Amino acid sequence: MNLPQIPYFLSHSASVTGERVDFVFGLLIVFATTIIVIVLAMVLFCVTKYHRHRHANREGAIDHSTKLEMFFATVLTVIALTLFAWAADVYADISRPPADTMNIYVVGKQWMWKLHQPNGREEINALHVPVGQAVKLIMTSQDVIHDFYVPAFRVKQDVLPDRYTTMWFTATKTGTYRIHCAQYCGTDHAAMIGWVYVMTQPDYQKWLDAAPANQPAIAGTPGTVGAPMATQLRSTFNAMGCIACHVPTSSVRAPRLDGIYGQAVKLQNGQTVAADEEYIRESILFPNAKISAGYPQPSLMPSYNGQLSEQQLRDLVDFVKSIRNGWPADATTQPASAEPAKDEPKP
Amino acid sequence: MSELQKTIEPSPPRRLNYINHDWSVASWLWPKDHKRIGVMYLVTITFLFFLGSMPAILIRLELLTPKAHLVTHDIYNRLFTMHGVTMVFFFLIPSIPTTFGNILLPMMIGARDLAFPKLNLASYYVFLIGAILAMVSLVYGGVDTGWTFYTPYSTTFSNSAMTPMIFGIFIAGFSSIFTGINFIVTIHTMRCPGMYWSRLPLFVWSLYATSLIFILGTPVLAITLLLLAAEHAFGVGIFNPALGGDPLLYQHLFWFYSHPAVYIMILPGMGVVSELIATFSRKRIFGYHFVAYSSVAIAILGFLVWGHHMFVSGQSMYAGMVFSVLSFLVAVPSAIKVFNWTLTLYKGSLVLKTPLLYALGFIGLFTIGGLTGLFLAAMGVDVHVHDTYFVIAHFHYIMVGGAMMAYLGAMHYWWPKITGRMYPEGWGVFSAVLVFFGFNLTFFPQFVLGYMGMVRRVAEYDAHFQVLNVLSTAGASILGVGYLLPLGYFFWSLRWEPKAGPNPWNATGLEWQSPSPPPELNFEVMPTVNGPPYDYDTVALHEEGIKHV
Repeated sequence: MNLPQIPYFLSHSASVTGERVDFVFGLLIVFATTIIVIVLAMVLFCVTKYHRHRHANREGAIDHSTKLEMFFATVLTVIALTLFAWAADVYADISRPPADTMNIYVVGKQWMWKLHQPNGREEINALHVPVGQAVKLIMTSQDVIHDFYVPAFRVKQDVLPDRYTTMWFTATKTGTYRIHCAQYCGTDHAAMIGWVYVMTQPDYQKWLDAAPANQPAIAGTPGTVGAPMATQLRSTFNAMGCIACHVPTSSVRAPRLDGIYGQAVKLQNGQTVAADEEYIRESILFPNAKISAGYPQPSLMPSYNGQLSEQQLRDLVDFVKSIRNGWPADATTQPASAEPAKDEPKP
Repeated sequence: MSELQKTIEPSPPRRLNYINHDWSVASWLWPKDHKRIGVMYLVTITFLFFLGSMPAILIRLELLTPKAHLVTHDIYNRLFTMHGVTMVFFFLIPSIPTTFGNILLPMMIGARDLAFPKLNLASYYVFLIGAILAMVSLVYGGVDTGWTFYTPYSTTFSNSAMTPMIFGIFIAGFSSIFTGINFIVTIHTMRCPGMYWSRLPLFVWSLYATSLIFILGTPVLAITLLLLAAEHAFGVGIFNPALGGDPLLYQHLFWFYSHPAVYIMILPGMGVVSELIATFSRKRIFGYHFVAYSSVAIAILGFLVWGHHMFVSGQSMYAGMVFSVLSFLVAVPSAIKVFNWTLTLYKGSLVLKTPLLYALGFIGLFTIGGLTGLFLAAMGVDVHVHDTYFVIAHFHYIMVGGAMMAYLGAMHYWWPKITGRMYPEGWGVFSAVLVFFGFNLTFFPQFVLGYMGMVRRVAEYDAHFQVLNVLSTAGASILGVGYLLPLGYFFWSLRWEPKAGPNPWNATGLEWQSPSPPPELNFEVMPTVNGPPYDYDTVALHEEGIKHV
C-alpha cells in the first residue's frame, strides 16, 4: 500500500497565490472558531445554569434591546466587510495574470485534458512547468463545461465550450500535484485527472528538449514559438485561406494582423477593445461582432463558426500572436507546399 | 392572556376531531381541511425522504474505498442526482411549509382554514403528480446530470431520462406557488381579532417570508426548466454554444431561483426554532421584532446573491465582487437570529425535552453551516473550495443540520397536537443525540476533505482521502439509525402512548388552546388575542399559583 501523501490541508500550498489563500482561510478559521466557541459556551452555560430544576437568579431578564442588537449588527457588518475586502483582493490577484507569463493552451474534452506547451509539445493529462515562473493557462472545451483544478495551487477555473477562460499560477515548490476536473462533466468525470510536474528550470528545459519523435523537438525558450511550431501555425493560416486577404501584399483591404495582438483596437461603433485571445477568436468565428473602424459593414470575411477544430482555432490565434513583432521575411509569398492543417490526433 | 388560563373541560370519550369525524374514502382523497392535507403531505414527503436517503446510503458505501467497487461511474452519477433531486425538490422545499405550515398556520392565527382550501388540495395533487413523474424518470434509468442540470451537458450530452424529470420538477413548482399564494392571503386577511402583525408567532413570520420566495422565485425556475426542455427535446439553441446559446445564462437563471430556494428550506426551520426556544425556555423570545424582520430581510437579500455560485464560472470579476459583498451581508440577519435565540435561553427556565434538544442542535449546526458559508462567499477562498467536499459539507450543515433538525424538532413538538398522542420521551432524547453526533461525524470530515482538494461528484478518489471518508460513512450509519428510530416510535405512539391533552407543553400559541387533535374547524370557541406573543411570564405566574395553592 502506498504511504498516504501529506494532505495539502496540513502542508503549505505550492503556489504564490496559494499562500495568500491559506492566509485568508486561516483568518476565517480563527473568526469562525471564535464565534462557534462563544455560541457553544453560551448554550452549555444556559443549559446547565438555567435548567428548570436549578435554582438560579433569573431576575432582571430582558426581552429586547435595540441598542444591543444594533451594536451586534454593526460589529458583524464591519467584520463581514473586512473579510470580504481581504478575500476579494486575493480574488483580484487570481483573476488578473501578470504580464510576463508563459502561456499554455488547454483543451478539455470528455474525459481528458490536452495541453500544449509554448514550443508546441503536446501533453495529455500532464502539465510540466518550471518552478518560479508565472504560467497562464488559456483554456477552452470541445464539449461540455469542465473545470481545471489544481488543489495544491488553490486555483480552479471553469473551462467553457466556445470561449476562452484563463487562469494562472506561479509554482513555488518542485513536485507532483494533482489536476482534477472540478465541474461535473458526465460519466467518467471522476477519472478526468492528471498531474502537474513542477520542475527546476534546467530540468524543464531538459524535458522540453527530450521530446518524443512524433513531437516538434526543437526547444524554444518559454514564451516564444519554436521554429517547427511556427511552420504549423503558418500552414493552418494558409490552409484556411486567411492568407488571401490578411497579408500586406493582398489586393483585398483587410485589417493588418501583424502587431495587432495586445493592442487596443478602435471599432466602428466608437468603442475600443483590447485585441486579446478572446477578441481574435471571436473575430475569426463571428467577423461581424466587432468590426474595426474604417472597414465595411457587414464584414467581407466569411464566418468560420463551425468550420474549425479547437486546435486549428488555437493555431490561428497563436499565429496572430506570433507576428506581434511583424511578419517573418518570407511571409508575403505563398509557400509552395501549403499542407492542410492536421486534424487533432485522437486520444 | 385570559384565554390561556381557562381550564379546558375534560373531553367526552368520542370527541369528534379532524381525523375521526369522517372516515369515508372520499373525505380522505379530496379533503379541503388544511390539517388533513397537511397530514397527506406529511405521509408523502416522509416516504420521499426515505426514498431520497437510499441513494445516499449507496453513495456512502461506495465512498468507503478509493476505487469504484460497488457501482459503476454511470450508476454513481445517477445515484447522486437522484439523492439531490429528491431531497431538494421533493423533500426540503416542501418539507416544513406544506406539513407544519399547512396544519398550523391557520390555527396559529386563529383562523378556521387557509384562504383557499381547494387551491390547497390542488397544491397537494400537483405536487404528487410532479413526484410521480420524477419517479417515472427513475424507472427509465434516472438522470445523470446532478440536481443542477448544468448545460450543455444536460441538454445535449446526457443520455438519460431528462424529460420526465424536468417536467416533474416543473409541475411540482406550481405546488409551491399555490402554497405561497394561499399562505400570504391567509396571513393578510384571516387573522383573528387582536392578532396584529406584531403579535404573529415567529413561525408565521417565517412562513410569510418563505411564501414571498415561493411566488417570486418559483416562476423563474419554471421558465428555466421550460427553456431547458426546449433545448433538450427540440434543439432550440438557448444554452448550448454549439447552437448559438450561452451556458452561463443557464447558471444565472438556475441560481436565481435555487439560491433563494436555500432560504425556502431554512427560513421555516428558523421559525420553528424560535417557537421551540421560547416554549422550552419558558420565556419571551428576545428581540421579537428583530427575529421577525430578519426573516423578511433574508428573503429579500437572498434574491441578490445568486452569483456567488459562479465565482469560477467565467463571470466578470466585478460582478463577482458585488455578489460576494451581498453574500456577506445576508449573513448578518441570520447571525442576528442566532444571537437572539441564545439570549432567549439566558435567564430562562429550560425544559430539556426532545424538541428543545433539536432546537439547540439546530443552533450549533446552523452556526457552523452559516460560518462556513462565509468561507464560500470569500471569493479568494471559494476559488479553491468551490465544487469540493467543502461545499457539500457546508450545504448539508444548512439543509440537514439546519432544516432537517428543525423538521424533527417540529415533529416532536406538534406531534401531540396533530395526533393527540405523546411520543416516548426517552427514545426521543436518544435519537436526537444520535442524530446530532451522527450528523457531525458524517459531515465534519468533509470540510477537511474539501480543503484537501477532494472534488464532488466522484465515485473514485485518491487513497489519502480514505480515512476521512470512512469516518464519514460511519457517521452516516449512526445518522441513519437516528432517522429510523423516530419513524418507528411515532407509529408506535399512535396506539400505545398516553393521550396528550390540549396543551402538553403549557405553550402560549393559539394552536394549543384547541383540543388535540383539533376539531374539524380548529376551535370550539373562536379565539381572540389580548396580549403579546410568547407571554410566558404570565404562564409562569399561573404555574406558580397552582404550585402554591
